[in-house]
Amino acid sequence: LSNIANDLRYAKSHEWVRAAAADGAVEIGISDHAQSALGDLVFVEVPQVGRAVAAGEACAVVESVKAASDVYSPVSGKVVASNTALAAQPELVNQDPYGAGWLFRVQTNSPIDDGSLMSASDYEKYLADESK
Amino acid sequence: MGLKTVLYDTHVLQGAKIVDFGGWDMPLHYGSQIEEHHAVRRDAGMFDVSHMCVIDLTGGRVREFLKSLLANDVGRLKIPGKALYSCMLLPSGGVIDDLIVYFMSDTWFRLVVNAGARDKDLAWIRQHAAAFAAAVRERNDLAIIAIQGPNARQKTLPLLAPAQRTAVHEMAPFFGTAVDSWFIARTGYTGEDGFEVMLPGIDAVKTWGALRAQGVAPAGLGARDTLRLEAGMNLYGNDMDENHHPLESGLGWTVAFEPGDRDFIGRQALEDARRAGGQELVGLLLEERGVLRSHQKVVPAGEVTSGTFSPTLNRSIALARVPRTAARSVQVEIRGKLHRASIVKPPFVRHGKALISVLKGDLH
Repeated sequence: LSNIANDLRYAKSHEWVRAAAADGAVEIGISDHAQSALGDLVFVEVPQVGRAVAAGEACAVVESVKAASDVYSPVSGKVVASNTALAAQPELVNQDPYGAGWLFRVQTNSPIDDGSLMSASDYEKYLADESK
Repeated sequence: MGLKTVLYDTHVLQGAKIVDFGGWDMPLHYGSQIEEHHAVRRDAGMFDVSHMCVIDLTGGRVREFLKSLLANDVGRLKIPGKALYSCMLLPSGGVIDDLIVYFMSDTWFRLVVNAGARDKDLAWIRQHAAAFAAAVRERNDLAIIAIQGPNARQKTLPLLAPAQRTAVHEMAPFFGTAVDSWFIARTGYTGEDGFEVMLPGIDAVKTWGALRAQGVAPAGLGARDTLRLEAGMNLYGNDMDENHHPLESGLGWTVAFEPGDRDFIGRQALEDARRAGGQELVGLLLEERGVLRSHQKVVPAGEVTSGTFSPTLNRSIALARVPRTAARSVQVEIRGKLHRASIVKPPFVRHGKALISVLKGDLH
């Protein structure tokens, strides 16, 4: 069974969002379920810092031995940081999807608890329904 | 729910991710397919390939039958135990399946065919066996474990009975031998040394456990695919099928045109194709980031038949069918964009060593 971090919000397309840090930006990655479904990642493409993204816009690519998959930004705003370590170590996403395997950070004005994202318990139910 | 091998429960207990493969529930990996790949290249790994189909052919005219049935020539098999890789063709030259045939004795040959082609192969073989009074027996009682890697044989030998160990200790590559209801062959699908062991199903779970205790890493179909592609080996259904003949599938070397009077099924079509030229199967090395995958378009002409990420080269590699006149440098369309790729001669990797040069450094 996949690990679901309690303190995060989740999108239906399996990205997670970590609430604003001191600088107001939110951190985005893919869930443990997503990395497990993809298998060993071999390439990760993160968005350029400074890029404006809209909620639901494809702005990163995670590619495994099995398949390439777009990552959609769960929020609108401006990319303020990207995880450049993933270029050399894509496996960080597999090993630590909620920590060292983060993808990018977005400065956003939209609240992440506006109902468009799921809580950990709702995401758990969502995964259970999806696998039925 | 698909078909299951006798090792299915063992795989699940060892944390395997199970996928459907040709109607069989098989392990894709046990955690990380890249680690399993490296285990085979650097040490020893094992695969449950019991879904493959063992067929025993017996009778006084069985060699004559196989000379007609197969594109490669079993007349080349002089020493008992010797194996031969061959295609089995339609009259059109299209490939029904690829297989390994072992010469057991003058009245007994053993075939190992692909799981996904089992039913049509058996029907085709039975249809043609009648004229040669050959008996066809499907060996569903056997499990198959492939132990592969530089240390595979050394880690397997202690588990064998003394008579088996004596028989296989000095056995040359591409030979097999039957001892005590086991058949042990020095063959594989990874480009590494090793054994493929066909054993009674009731012995499989215990043997798998004993191999694991010897430090042989369980490996799934994911690693099996990256290993075989690095080794430049074709996958039936991807790199050849009933619509493509061996000469456009990189398998010309497996077609025995000599002796010229051996009238095997598909011969006439291949003679015609040989004169016509046409397409060929080549290796591709991607010169940029990304992963080549089957059915991607090659520009100016052609198609990727199998593609993957090569864990040994840290690059994407592929087999592709292109016109024989293709330039050495091509492009491949990946997710709507063109990427540079070089045509290279497989295998990409053999016995743990890269056989094509890859420039080190970041890809952009």
